[in-house]
Order: sequence, then C-alpha cells, then structure tokens
Amino acid sequence: MPAEALVPIFTEADIVSARQAGRELSVQLGFSGSELTVIATAISELARNIVSYAKSGEIALRELNRHGKQGIEVIARDQGPGIADINLAMKDGYSTGNSLGLGLPGARRLMDEFDIQSKAGKGTTVTLRKWRS
Amino acid sequence: MIVPILKQKDFLIATIQSALTDADLLRMRDDLVEQVGRTRSRGVIIDVTVMDVLDSFASRTLGAIAHMIRLRGAETIIVGIQPDVAFAMVQLGLTLENVRTALDLEEGIDQLDQLRKEQRFSAR
Repeated sequence: MPAEALVPIFTEADIVSARQAGRELSVQLGFSGSELTVIATAISELARNIVSYAKSGEIALRELNRHGKQGIEVIARDQGPGIADINLAMKDGYSTGNSLGLGLPGARRLMDEFDIQSKAGKGTTVTLRKWRS
Repeated sequence: MIVPILKQKDFLIATIQSALTDADLLRMRDDLVEQVGRTRSRGVIIDVTVMDVLDSFASRTLGAIAHMIRLRGAETIIVGIQPDVAFAMVQLGLTLENVRTALDLEEGIDQLDQLRKEQRFSAR
C-alpha cells in the first residue's frame, strides 16, 4: 500500500500543514535535503493558490513507484473559479491577485512533471511529480 | 507563534523560531515597524535560519518589511537563508531585490556596524 496523505485546505494555516505533510512523506521516500525543500515549497505555492482564489480545496500526496524509481505526486484540487487563460497564468509575474505571479510557473520549474487542468467556473487541478535522483 | 524581538545596541534582532503561518509573519512585520520607532533603532536583523521554506508570500513579506523599515529610517538585513532554501527561491524566481542579506547573525551585525560607520543610516 503506497504511502499517501490528504490535506484539506481552507485557511492559511493549512498551507503550513500541507508543507509539513509533504516534507514528512518526502523524508519517508528518501528524498535529499534540497529536494525536501523544493517539494515543500512547491506544495506551499499550490496550497496558497487554493486559499487565495478558491477559498477551499485539498492537496493529495502519493508515493510513486515507476520502473524501479521512487517519487512523490502532489495533486492540488479545488472547485474554485478556475483559470480562464492557462497560458497567461503560467507566465512569470502574471497575477490576478495581489501576488508576485510566480506560484504556478515556479512550481513547474521546481518539479519534474507538471500538469494543470482548469476551466473558468469549473475549478482547478494541478498535478506535480518529483522523482528521486 | 510570536517572533521574539531583542534589542542590541541601536538595532533589533528578530529570530524566527519555527514554522510561521502567514498571520505570524504579518504580526512580526507590524511589531518590527512599531518597535523601530519606539526603540529608535537604526537597523533590524531578521534571522530566518530555521525557516525551511521561503515561499512567495514569505519572500514578499520580508521585502515589504525591509521597505517599511527603510521608510522609518532604518535598514533591514535578512540573515540565515539556508542553501536548500536559496536554491528553491531562485527556481521560484524570488529575488529579494533591494533587500540586504548576510550569511548569518554575526555577518549581519558586522554589516550594520559598517553601515553605521559609513553613516549610511538616515539622519534622525
């Protein structure tokens, strides 16, 4: 049974919980120190987006095993307003809120695999994966 | 979690102790900006050695603190950003532009002493 965790995201305090859950699972999976920080930072940005834009959602963490390699999968899901223009949202510095606009493109740079599904009015799902080196 | 702020000579040292929520960071911001005036400090050191993640909000808030404190006539130095955290920040594109940094508390204090000697602090 692969290790996993589910963190509900409602308030900004949940951002810290999500980071810590991510860190714990990553430690269990044997990621290095800098990888732990990178994963926790990416989770923080996604959780923060949920709080800022969707008001509530969840972060699902899962152990991955593929071709003998171990990894972690992070899925950030919300039923919020969704993203009308994903290409725009993925540009550094673009923000519809009062932020730096680095969260999504930054999370993509931090991790190995990135996927985003979103439609205006339909919510957003961001999937990140990182593999142990 | 309240961040303890100590006064040393004419500057303040805020030492972050553990994982901070957004609200904790904002409270630290308000405390520092207020205390700079009350203690007539010329410099502020924020020690982030223990912060295991410096995300976009933390980065933006530290930048805001530095700017607000500069508006009140004092300089801020962020010290103790760890190698892993520095790496993640750069990947994320967080530059902490216009914010002074130093390796650790000792170097931060040296930098403030140097600024004082060069009279780079605003006149009061």
